[in-house]
Amino acid sequence: MTDGPVNPEPPTPPDGQDGPQIGRDEWVARVEGRREGYHGIMRPIREAWDRLPRAGKLTALIIPAAIFPLITAEGNVFRYGLFTMVYALLALGLNMVVGFAGLLDLGYVAFFGFGAYTYAILASPHYNLHWQAEAALPVVVVVCALVGFLVGLPSRRLIGDYLAIMTLFFGQAFVLFVNNANRIKFPFVGYTDLTGGSNGLPNVDPLNFFGYKLGDTRQQYYLLLIAIVLVIVMLYMIRDSRTGRAWRALREDPLAAEAMSMPVNRLRLLAFSSGAAVAGFTGAIYVTIATAALPGDYDVGLLILIYAIMILGGFGSITGIVFGAIVVTSVPELLRSTANARPIFYGVILIALVMTIRPWKRLAAVLGGLIAFGFVVHAIASAWYPRLVEGKAQGSGWFADFLNHWMLFPTHVTTMAQVLYIFMVAAIVIVPQLPRLWRTILLVPLLYLVIFVWENLMIEQITGATKLILLGAMLVALMIARPQGLAGEAYVEIV
Amino acid sequence: MDWSLFLNLTVSGLTLGAMYALIALGYSMVYGILKLLNFAHGDVFMVGAYIGWFVLHGLGGPLGTDIAPDLVLLLMFVGAMLGCGVLGVGIERFAYRPLRKAPRIAPLISALGVSIFLQNSALLIFGAAFRDYDTYHFVGVKTFQVGNLFISGPELLTIGAAIGLMIALTLFVDRSRTGKAMRSTSYDREAASMMGIDVDRVIAITFFIGSALAGAAGVMWGLVFGQIYNYMGFIVGLKAFTAAVVGGIGSIPGAMVGGFIVGLAEAYSTGYLPQGSIFANLYVFALLILVILIKPSGLFGQAAITKA
Repeated sequence: MTDGPVNPEPPTPPDGQDGPQIGRDEWVARVEGRREGYHGIMRPIREAWDRLPRAGKLTALIIPAAIFPLITAEGNVFRYGLFTMVYALLALGLNMVVGFAGLLDLGYVAFFGFGAYTYAILASPHYNLHWQAEAALPVVVVVCALVGFLVGLPSRRLIGDYLAIMTLFFGQAFVLFVNNANRIKFPFVGYTDLTGGSNGLPNVDPLNFFGYKLGDTRQQYYLLLIAIVLVIVMLYMIRDSRTGRAWRALREDPLAAEAMSMPVNRLRLLAFSSGAAVAGFTGAIYVTIATAALPGDYDVGLLILIYAIMILGGFGSITGIVFGAIVVTSVPELLRSTANARPIFYGVILIALVMTIRPWKRLAAVLGGLIAFGFVVHAIASAWYPRLVEGKAQGSGWFADFLNHWMLFPTHVTTMAQVLYIFMVAAIVIVPQLPRLWRTILLVPLLYLVIFVWENLMIEQITGATKLILLGAMLVALMIARPQGLAGEAYVEIV
Repeated sequence: MDWSLFLNLTVSGLTLGAMYALIALGYSMVYGILKLLNFAHGDVFMVGAYIGWFVLHGLGGPLGTDIAPDLVLLLMFVGAMLGCGVLGVGIERFAYRPLRKAPRIAPLISALGVSIFLQNSALLIFGAAFRDYDTYHFVGVKTFQVGNLFISGPELLTIGAAIGLMIALTLFVDRSRTGKAMRSTSYDREAASMMGIDVDRVIAITFFIGSALAGAAGVMWGLVFGQIYNYMGFIVGLKAFTAAVVGGIGSIPGAMVGGFIVGLAEAYSTGYLPQGSIFANLYVFALLILVILIKPSGLFGQAAITKA
């Protein structure tokens, strides 16, 4: 964006005042401060990134993505590549509704499912229809946009939270419907098995354009890549179009937008059905990859994942969302084994400590204190209560050996660890409220407690509950630290 | 007209409605003050059900309590209400208070995060198996019969206790000094703080009361349906929120009436509407849309001039 007309230097305040001045909007006055927001080593990177023209940003994203399947095994392409792409596409569509237009759509995943089921019905042995993709995809997109329009219709009178609850209910209704639509009586048709119920619709055809089948993982990957690039280009164009600017105005202040004679209801409906169309399109592609439409795939779990991606990337940011998708899909895949989970967990704790504790002397004191504390506790325990150290850390290697000499591993640990988990959550809420000295002192036993619970309880359920607990905690922590998301546009709400 | 079916559906509708109303009160009170949709509220209800279970089993289980069952029941309610109240205050302090000045969407997402966190923490420490209250052996199978109407002990207890709690809440909000502070904070937070009301304290009290009511509803749910599990808070919370919207969000009598309306609607649609046992939730959803279309502010809500 540097090759536009050069902006004149902003006038310096006459008396060097920092605060807002009379006749000048506070938010406008703080714009320089917001631009100065990058710190430390991230700053040159972020500034270089911001200077890059759009085509350059896009190329920087495409080239590694295009090379990725050539240098890695097919299993990795499937596990990391395809799902990252599908989630990124979904998050980009959601970004249009939530990030651009500011509508909190919690039924978004239902449109994804709607697209998947529509495609599955049109191209599977279920009704013995085998449409070609070039015919089925447009139908899916149009149908989803229409459904989005219909759902949006009663919502158009609703502000913020009512819309959220209505769409959330719509999502639930969708799951309930597809789970039961194999055994209910439809008007005019009578009993027919529309969705296969909880068994879903198996054996969906692979994508086939004009008779050419895309069944191979790598072919699907490149198709998705093309779809993503198209959607990103489209989003860039929409964002600065008349409609895109109107959406952002709507997001910032619907009342003011309406006063500026913007057709608020029409804009909302448009945002809603465009998001639904992108979701439906993604659903159609997803169902050909998964080869079956199953009701469980379109539930709240996925919704939360997509929101996590969008929030991590930042509301309204397009490239940020692609990075968010990469992080959110690859981290849980990496967490699947203990050997990977441990470095990630300790790495995150260390980074959080480094970022929050200043000066460095205090940080060194906390870390040193933590190590000393562990050895002291371990020594006391092995002298008086040997039962507490009879267990073993999971895994092997030098770090597990270190843990065996430093952390407590009681036998029959479950009940104790469960009680301590509750205690830990309480302590995490209480400790930050204390005065600074106590906070620093108590941080040491708190960290020890966190590591105890992690090593003795959470690490065993790393693929199930723990993963989602960490996701939930991450959402809360991110909102507290940076409400606009990592790469989002900061925006204020005028109240 | 089959009066027996109608009466018994009414009883189960009122039982459901009493629980929805208690949960809806928490949603409505918090919304009235913070304009925040507290997604985690349904999961607080779930935690309440678990606390009740642990109190019951800590005192010897449904079969072997040393003290009178009535006292055990009382202790279950007190334990769940206190525990959930403290939990609610903790959630507010940790996840919502830092976000008072953030854009509206930020606390909503924070609430979503708390909700996932609570659900899966319960999965982690309580496991995925259903926990059984075993009401059958605990408070007995006594069923009261009036003509064709059957009402079980837990149902009677739920309706009675819920109405008692609602009366207590109404008195508290209407008569006490703190209740007055709550009403004025909900009316205009900024003006209230200028009048010397400690807004933070009022918000904490609101969260405590709302969550305590949800905890009581959790114990009732366990007693009436016998089984509890870690994801039960989600859909119940959703329907309770519907109740709050139907009654007019922010209004305390609205939440009570809305709860009973939603409970009765669910029970009647199970009994009378086509495929009602499968799609009762869909019919509740349709009711919500209908109410929103006809009177967006709900039955008892005031039409507000919306800004931002």
